[in-house]
Parts: sequence; C-alpha cells; structure tokens
Amino acid sequence: MINEILDIPATDIMPAMESILKGQGISQNEIPNRKTVVLAEEAIQCLMSTIRPAGILSEISRDDFAVIYRGSGMNETQAPLGRIFRAGADLAVFIVTLGKIISREISERFDNNDLAAASMLDSAASEAAEMAADYIETYYRSCLERSGRFGPSTGIMRFSPGYCGWHMNAQKELFNFLEPHRIGISLNDSLLMQPLKSISGVIVSGPKEIFRFDDSFSFCADCITHSCRDRINAIFEQDKQT
Amino acid sequence: MDILAEFSENLHNGEAERVGILTGQALANGLEPRKILDDALIAGMTVIGDRFKAHEIFLPDVLMAAKAMYVGMDILKPYLIKEGISTIGKVVIGTVQGDLHDIGKNLVAIFLRGAGFEVIDLGNDVPPEKFIDTALKENAQILGMSALLTTTMPMMKKVIELAGARNVRDKFKIIVGGASLSREYAQAIGADAYCFDGMNAVDCVKRYILSK
Repeated sequence: MINEILDIPATDIMPAMESILKGQGISQNEIPNRKTVVLAEEAIQCLMSTIRPAGILSEISRDDFAVIYRGSGMNETQAPLGRIFRAGADLAVFIVTLGKIISREISERFDNNDLAAASMLDSAASEAAEMAADYIETYYRSCLERSGRFGPSTGIMRFSPGYCGWHMNAQKELFNFLEPHRIGISLNDSLLMQPLKSISGVIVSGPKEIFRFDDSFSFCADCITHSCRDRINAIFEQDKQT
Repeated sequence: MDILAEFSENLHNGEAERVGILTGQALANGLEPRKILDDALIAGMTVIGDRFKAHEIFLPDVLMAAKAMYVGMDILKPYLIKEGISTIGKVVIGTVQGDLHDIGKNLVAIFLRGAGFEVIDLGNDVPPEKFIDTALKENAQILGMSALLTTTMPMMKKVIELAGARNVRDKFKIIVGGASLSREYAQAIGADAYCFDGMNAVDCVKRYILSK
C-alpha cells in the first residue's frame, strides 16, 4: 500500500499565463492591457520564489474510505462518488499544499490595498494548487502502471469534499486518516484548510465505464463550472484517438 | 483638460499616485470635498463599473481603479468627517462560514464604496453570529452575504433564521449573491434580494436605502 509524503517540484506546477488570466475572467481570445500582463508575470515570479509544494498520498481500502466518505452523513444521496468509489479497483486519499508563505503574500497585498496584485496572485496560486493535485494524481497513476494495476481500459479521477454532492464535513475523517499536520496543514472549525491554498480528496482508479455520470443531479444546477464534463471526456479521449 | 476629466482618466488607468496628487490639488484649489467625492471619485468608479459590466474592461482594471479610488478617499476622509458629511448608508458584507471564495464579494464592496456607501467587510468564513452582531453594532441598513459553494449556500439561511430567532430581522435588509445562487433560492431562504453582480448590488442597496 502506497503511503508517502511527496515533495512536489515548484517548477512542475507553474501555471501558464492564460490559465491565470482565465481566473481573472479574461479568456484566451481577449487581449488584456500591458499592466495586467505585468501583474500576471509578477504573480508567477512570486509563486516561484514562495511556494513550498508538498503532498501526502495514501492508498486506502474501500471499507476504510466508506467511513471517510460518509463523514457525518450529509452527502447528497445521489452523489456520483458514492457509486464510483465502490466500483473502483484502487483508491488513494491525498492532500497537497503550496505552504504558508504564499497565503501571507496574498494577504499582505490585500491589506495594502494592492487589490489587483493580490487578486492576480490568488488566481495564480489557486491554479498552482490545482496543478499540485493533478501532479499527485499523475504520480499515483504512474505507481499503478508500474505495479500492473493500470491498463488501457482503466480510468482515474479525483474528487474533493465540497464538490459533486460530497459534503465538506468529510474533511474531519480525511484529516484523521492522513494526519496532514505532518506537512503543515490544519483544519479550522469551519472545515477550511490552513494554509488556504491546499486541496484534499480521493483518487479513484478503475474501469473507465464507472466514471460516466450525467451532470443532471439537483446539486449540479448550482455548479458553475461543470468541469466534470472535461474530466470525464479526458478519460475517454485516448479511446477516440486509437 | 479640466481636473474632473483628469481624475476620470487616471482612475481608468489605475494611476493611484496621480489620483492622490489630483485630490490634494483639487482641495488646494478650493474644490469642495463633497464635489471631489461625488463628481470625481464616485462618478469615475460608476463609469468603471459600467464598462466592466459591458465587458469593455477586465477584473484587474477594476481593481487597479479601486486602489486609485481608495487613495483619493483616504485623503478626503478627514475633510468629509470635519464637514459632517456622512456616507449614503452602511453595509455589512462577508462570505459565509465555510467558504473562502471572495472575488465577487470584494467587487461588490468596491462598487458600493465607489458609489458612496460605507462598507464593513467581514472577509470570508464569517460565522452567522458575527454577521448579525456586526450589523446591529454598526447600525447597518444592509447585510450582504456571498457564497460560491453549493455546500455553503445553506449558511445564508442559517444567518437569516438567526436574525429571526433574535427578533432583529426587521433591523436591516438582507441581500445575497454568489455565482451558484439564483433569485428563487434567495426567495426560498427568506432574503430580501438577490444580486447577480456588483453593479446590480449597488442598484439594489441604493433602492433600499434611498427609499427609506
């Protein structure tokens, strides 16, 4: 069973300029002014010098994960993860963080009314945190491949509490299991992680078909990204190409 | 170029230092603080808000303009207090407990300040009691709540229920907003209004406060 603390290279999770600008509501076909581009460049430089990315990846049995998933019983009854993890072949819980310094940098900019710089750095850090979670998912996939547990018909997807009908209060059980204080992450009374730029969740690996689900649940109506569509498409993308 | 037009141009360009200098010059030239506030800063930010709403400018442009506006307002503040000029009204605002998404809430605060309201921003992850206690303590006319996550939206209902349980629901109007929200949801939880963006929030707050 994999149970590792990982140092994540900062260079591997540096967001591209366009993804930072997207976080600011500027799409690829829109042209920001020079000042905005400079702010984004400065945000990347600040990220590079201040983030200390680290993560914990720990494989878990379906029975043990069922306890974490249930939390205090407030999940949406139709939450897709409830079905997916039970059909999954391999599961690992994870947590990643960018460290404390970047959050302090963002707060200082807000406190000094450098609102644009603060907001840009916040967008850059959020994107980097997502990339850190992607990094750990890719790492887990490579571990599974090496041990012969991931083949052409296998898919992999990660889920986080607070999204897709999985209630935030699963964080308590997740923290009990992962002990993320080992990499400096704590949970406050509102179930928010400190440092803020941290992501936790579960990675499920299994037959590709288990990951198909519609975005027509009642809670999907309130979701603004519907990013599950892209993530599901990515799983089946390779099949289309071959 | 007259000084008000110069204010407008420098706000648009996010030239905070220049807006500060212009504010000092305008005061030195005998322009009334209220006129500088209304005709230069508030008028300038209204244009910024309209251009943002029309997708002519982006979030960073608004935030750079807001910084410039705050520089001007900080200079004017002692003069406005000395002359007994009060703000249009007071708004307590925050992102609900368990939620730390605050870009939308920050924009609402910026546009409200830019429209001449006093805004007490409680930040994010705000417990229900703090919303109510602050609104009462500050004698605010409006309490504004924001949430992005579908899992934190129910906290808004908790705040409204708490206001009812403490018999203070009629002390202030409650407005809600956030990307996941809808007018129907706002009605269902008993909010007075749903605001879909920053400029809409300004219109809504103006409607409530000016109609009193």
